Amino acid sequence: MRRVVITGQGAVSALGHTAPTTMEGMREGRCAIGPLEMRDVERLSIGIGGQVRSYDEKAHFTRQELTFFDRFTQFALIAGQEAMTQSGLEVDEETALRAGCVVGTSGGGLHTVDDNYRTVYEEGKNRVHPFVVPRLMNNAAASHLSMKHDLRGPSFTVATACASSNHAMGQAFHMIQSGMADVMLTGGSESMLVFGGIKAWEGLRVMSKDGCRPFCKTRNGMVQGEGAAIFVFEEYERARARGADILAEVVGFAMSADASDIVMPNSDGAQRAMAGALQSAGINADEVGYINAHGTGTAANDRTECAAVRAVFGDHADRLMISSTKSMHGHLIGGTGAVELLACIMALRDGVIAPTANHVEGDPECDLDVVPNEARDADVSVVLTNAFAFGGLNAVLALRKV
Amino acid sequence: MSDDVTEKMRAIIAEQALIDPTEVSMDATLEDLGIDSLGLVEAVFAIEETFDVQVPFNANDPADSAFDISNVQSMVDAVKALVAQKAG
Repeated sequence: MRRVVITGQGAVSALGHTAPTTMEGMREGRCAIGPLEMRDVERLSIGIGGQVRSYDEKAHFTRQELTFFDRFTQFALIAGQEAMTQSGLEVDEETALRAGCVVGTSGGGLHTVDDNYRTVYEEGKNRVHPFVVPRLMNNAAASHLSMKHDLRGPSFTVATACASSNHAMGQAFHMIQSGMADVMLTGGSESMLVFGGIKAWEGLRVMSKDGCRPFCKTRNGMVQGEGAAIFVFEEYERARARGADILAEVVGFAMSADASDIVMPNSDGAQRAMAGALQSAGINADEVGYINAHGTGTAANDRTECAAVRAVFGDHADRLMISSTKSMHGHLIGGTGAVELLACIMALRDGVIAPTANHVEGDPECDLDVVPNEARDADVSVVLTNAFAFGGLNAVLALRKV
Repeated sequence: MSDDVTEKMRAIIAEQALIDPTEVSMDATLEDLGIDSLGLVEAVFAIEETFDVQVPFNANDPADSAFDISNVQSMVDAVKALVAQKAG
């Protein structure tokens, strides 16, 4: 089977508008969650989120482009450009046919949906802009990435709620591994921080009003974020032959379904996904030095995830580190696994483990080394990254230092 | 002893428990009634819509919320307090 490496990374998040600034925020343990700014915010009972601030869409795109780009598409394109530039990849005719794009998103063009529902329902207008459909469609980001970078191979969108990005990156990995493609642009993007998006989440009563504190005894729910991260996945020999800077190797991937409850996570499904990723990578549990947790900050997820880690890793669970960067950038829903992959690359490449911010008090039900509040220097060679979605759909990737 | 709030509450709870309102006893717990966490969140929503109040309830830790869900009576009392608070 062919080896798959990462040769480019790009991101837009509440922590920063690039991959390096986002990683710098993680290294500093900086919490970028703050008061939401949006229309009708006073009608929301949840007033905080990890919003991308000081962002001017007109500085990145022309007026003509913006008629087609919802905010989630914009984030994906900015991150995609950064990743492609960093990779130094030249997409010639031959490469174009062997290159594709798989992007995770849960909601797609939610700003477009929200704005246009207002137009027809609230304002009572009977006409909307002609490009509402191409703006809101779930595959808009993947399609624009393919057009922008001339990627003419397998391209599509994956929507598995909070696991979308990990499922997407897993597909990209498998495609290169199996020979279906040589280069894949992959990751995820989400911008659900709109009035209707937050209102819907409020209904579930799992959102925190005061902060995201994963694994902390005082945690009281999740906090949403927005943004994107896009990576260049490339076949190893090809990357080496062109002298690319290799950031990390993707070595394993596994998926599972809880098949039990539409919102409550199940430890068995999480265990099977983690154990499956190790097995697919051919690595022993005791080689794993760091796990980027799903770590949403809800009572149910964090407790279940820690129990699953103990079940899979046994005694080694006490020697590995696990952290949730959602404490800093919020939960990006369909984009979250992609932004969190940056923490994995940082661990492998820079030897820096991103902390779990906002940690106040340990929880006996989460008694693992959650790297509280301060980043830590550590030499790790293998990491896992978890995503466990509503609907019980789980996806875990394994990465190795190159 | 029965009153408007109590009757409406029994109807809301009965709907989630898939039973007749007359079968909802005041000392029944959610567990007795077979109402799970999703049913509870739906019931809270119905309470807010029916009485036009905000129920202080966090699904992360229902037992720790300011809204006492020990049994039907405790929930009725809590709703009455919320309704009184709104009127006051």
